[in-house]
Amino acid sequence: MKKFSALYPLLTAALLLIAAFLICFGLANDEFKRVLSKAASICLECIGIG
Amino acid sequence: MKNTKKRFFRPIIQLLSTLALNLNITGFAEGSIYTGHFKGVCIPVLNCYSCPGALGACPIGALQSSFAAIGGKIAYYVLGMLLLFALTLGRFFCGWLCPFGALQGLLHKVPVRKAEIPKRADAALRYLKYAVLVVLVVALPLFMRNGVDMSAPYFCKWLCPAGTLEGGVPLALTNEMVRGALGAQFAWKLSLAVGIVVLCLFLYRPFCKYLCPLGAFYGLFSKLSLYRYAVDSNACTQCGACRRACKMGVDPMREPNSRECIRCGDCKRACPVGALKNSTCFGEQKQDSIKKGDVR
Repeated sequence: MKKFSALYPLLTAALLLIAAFLICFGLANDEFKRVLSKAASICLECIGIG
Repeated sequence: MKNTKKRFFRPIIQLLSTLALNLNITGFAEGSIYTGHFKGVCIPVLNCYSCPGALGACPIGALQSSFAAIGGKIAYYVLGMLLLFALTLGRFFCGWLCPFGALQGLLHKVPVRKAEIPKRADAALRYLKYAVLVVLVVALPLFMRNGVDMSAPYFCKWLCPAGTLEGGVPLALTNEMVRGALGAQFAWKLSLAVGIVVLCLFLYRPFCKYLCPLGAFYGLFSKLSLYRYAVDSNACTQCGACRRACKMGVDPMREPNSRECIRCGDCKRACPVGALKNSTCFGEQKQDSIKKGDVR
């Protein structure tokens, strides 16, 4: 297990790059607007009437 | 004096975070929610975007609504944000910034006799939050679709007590249209939320321990998170003070980066020799934890 723990920093760095890529890809595909349109209206399911 | 200051530091940060994330105070009086551009930004904690005060988007709600939308879209932006939060501070967000976590912690301070769940049952129940994450947040919204290829955010719809307490109740009190539409589903969600609130009096953060899908997601990355704890094995006397101080049931000496650790820092404050320290995943790996058989 200790062997693997030496790889953690590398894995973290790789996953952070993936996270950055996903965010950029999502933003480029107008996902921010999609999230905004959902979050800016009252979510009926969330409040328990949907 | 120094200890008193430290004791109140986290509750103050939790209070400030709750206020900062719910700054749209007028929404509570008007029975409406904030609709500005900032609402598209995912925040790192479970704070319902239908709360009248909420300024940002709950990532679990945003993820589900994307899965549930027509055609079942993958929300890359939300997934990226979740991964970013998990890999930077991880469950520190649960311990320090989550408003619902803060509420649970506050309720636990009410002086009533505290309960303890048997260890085996507790260990089994901890897996429930992963089931909630997989089934209610991902699988059902993605695969249980209706005739027009749409689904529903099942976690929000049937379980989330934060949505009921932060969104449902304030809106029902101030918005006539919402009040008129309340029915059996609201009754179920309200009973569940009240049940969790009551449980909080006897158990420490039961929702975080057993049900929160966001905590489950962050927990999966606890060992990879940039911010982490490390045990100085040369300083540790294995007195067990950290284990006794941990209200999340973690043994920080053996597993300082447990999936259950919310980085509240109680263990660090309890350690008489300061053996538990803040660290990063790029820090010393050798002193990460102390194994069961290590006796000096």
